[in-house]
Amino acid sequence: MAKVTLKGVKKSYGQVKAIHGVDMEIQDGEFIVIVGPSGCGKSTLLRMIAGLEAITEGTISIGDRVVNDIEPRDRDIAMVFQNYALYPHMSVYENMSYGLRIRGMSKSDIEKRVQRAAEILQLQPYLQRKPRELSGGQRQRVAMGRAIVREPSVFLFDEPLSNLDAKLRVQMRLEIKRLHQQLGVTSIYVTHDQVEAMTLADRLVVMNLGRADQIGAPHEVYARPATTYVGGFIGSPAMNFLSCRVENGSGGPRAVLSDGTALALPTAWSVPPGEYTLGIRPEHLRTARPGETPHLMLEVDVAEELGADTLLHGKIAGEELVARVPSYAGYHDHSKPGLITDITLAHLFDKESGLRIAV
Amino acid sequence: MEKRVVFHNKYLPYLLVAPQIAITVIFFFWPASQAIVQSVLREDAFGVSSHFVGLDNFIALFEDEYYLNSFKVTALFSTLVTVIGLSLSLLLAVTADRIIRAATLYKTFLIWPYAVAPAVAGALWGFVFLPGPGIVAYLLQQMGVDWNFHLNGAQAMFVVVVAATWKQISYNFLFFLAGLQSIPKSLIEAAAIDGAGPVRRFWTIVLPLLSPTLFFLIVVNVVYAFFETFGVIHSLTRGGPAKATEILVYKVWYDGFEAQDLGGSSAQSVILMAIVIGLTVIQFRYIERKVHY
Repeated sequence: MAKVTLKGVKKSYGQVKAIHGVDMEIQDGEFIVIVGPSGCGKSTLLRMIAGLEAITEGTISIGDRVVNDIEPRDRDIAMVFQNYALYPHMSVYENMSYGLRIRGMSKSDIEKRVQRAAEILQLQPYLQRKPRELSGGQRQRVAMGRAIVREPSVFLFDEPLSNLDAKLRVQMRLEIKRLHQQLGVTSIYVTHDQVEAMTLADRLVVMNLGRADQIGAPHEVYARPATTYVGGFIGSPAMNFLSCRVENGSGGPRAVLSDGTALALPTAWSVPPGEYTLGIRPEHLRTARPGETPHLMLEVDVAEELGADTLLHGKIAGEELVARVPSYAGYHDHSKPGLITDITLAHLFDKESGLRIAV
Repeated sequence: MEKRVVFHNKYLPYLLVAPQIAITVIFFFWPASQAIVQSVLREDAFGVSSHFVGLDNFIALFEDEYYLNSFKVTALFSTLVTVIGLSLSLLLAVTADRIIRAATLYKTFLIWPYAVAPAVAGALWGFVFLPGPGIVAYLLQQMGVDWNFHLNGAQAMFVVVVAATWKQISYNFLFFLAGLQSIPKSLIEAAAIDGAGPVRRFWTIVLPLLSPTLFFLIVVNVVYAFFETFGVIHSLTRGGPAKATEILVYKVWYDGFEAQDLGGSSAQSVILMAIVIGLTVIQFRYIERKVHY
């Protein structure tokens, strides 16, 4: 087990810059999830930690050792690949013991370790089978078994669940979580699935265009997104963004939308007047009860019934907005509900840079 | 939905396959059957009449030490061509697979020899090794080697092996390269993380996954060395010196067309036919079993 430190890590392919400098300190035993859309550089970052990609600039250390120039096999890591990367000509047992055999471990020790890993992963009945005779979930477990038997200081997961069907994915997600609790090995996990990211992570790294926009605990990332990008990426449906002008009136600060609608901001917020982006999550909007003065009037185009909730899609001040309201409220297409929002849960971002405004 | 193409005219399918059938019958079945018939006949010295002699031709063959020698020559020749050819082309394919810059250029050049006709390849290497003016021959003589492949049997074998191997390397290279490229990169990376160095990865991961290709190429190369190297040998050594490079196919031709022993030549053809049938059976049996690991 070890901590992993990234200092100013950059990657370029010729003129093209893939990673623009990532700093990160991963604690011993921590489960870190790197999340982002395809092309954001998350896999590249993981492959640099694994030693499969050269580091253009900056340093990566595992434990106390800078590993920039150390071969993957000497980094004391194990990796689980998206397509499992099982050796098709070897049995499950041979797949799992391959790394140990190469390292010259004694037969009895290998046997012990493989049996133990097989027990943890319920693979004992399949040890003599070839990968092609296994189901997707079993192959995934063999891939994890191959990583476990090595007893490395760091586990690397490269979208390990994306080839599984939805049901199996939920199940394997839980297994990975349990496995981590059981083994307590530092783990770095790459995914584009925000649910996987939220549920697995001790801390989350949200990547965007080769930068780590935010690093923090899942709840912190959800509650205090550092940029509009993070706000839009984490949470489903995505956060609503409305352009607004902040004015400081006699009754405290308020946000004025382009159609003149004014929302009173908490008096405690001290924001210099100017143009901003206001972020409101769909789940922080509710329909006004009789007698309440609505904050916003929504013109609903489509109401999507989800069962417990209904998503109301519509426009406010010419901008798209989604509200998540309980289904019993009974709204339907083309209704015009008044909405109430808890403004203390809203987010204010700089209009140009998209950075969160500390209030 | 019916996805197959359905011919409504009963005769059209037959008409469409007729050219292929005709070619097969005229150029394969008919000569093969003629060879079988001829192999049990003996012709008189003037080629006017022939009479049935049973298996005499075959018995005579196996009592002929030149024929037995030809077997040994063929075995040596095909082993050398196959082993050297496959090793070199695998080496080239592995190297080409690693290259990123100008890879297409290398590949194109490596494929060229395949387009050269066997006789031309033979003539080419004949010039290179020609005692006296040949460039390699000259270098060898400078190094003190008594070089004349027209007189020295071992040297003659060396030259025909070089020419025959060179011609086949392109073909092997293409198959090996395709085989290498079909191995997922993540397997190699997984092995690297598991601790295997490049050499170890090659022997434990790459080669086993390449084994269907390898086996296919072994069969193809043996068949090539047996049957398609006539042009190379004819243009380089004419089976000599002193029959040192007379492979089975060359002897068939020589005995039939030069020595005018049609019966003996046909008997040799029949034996060759049996060998090629055997090789084909092995190839299909083994590859079908082995291709899905």
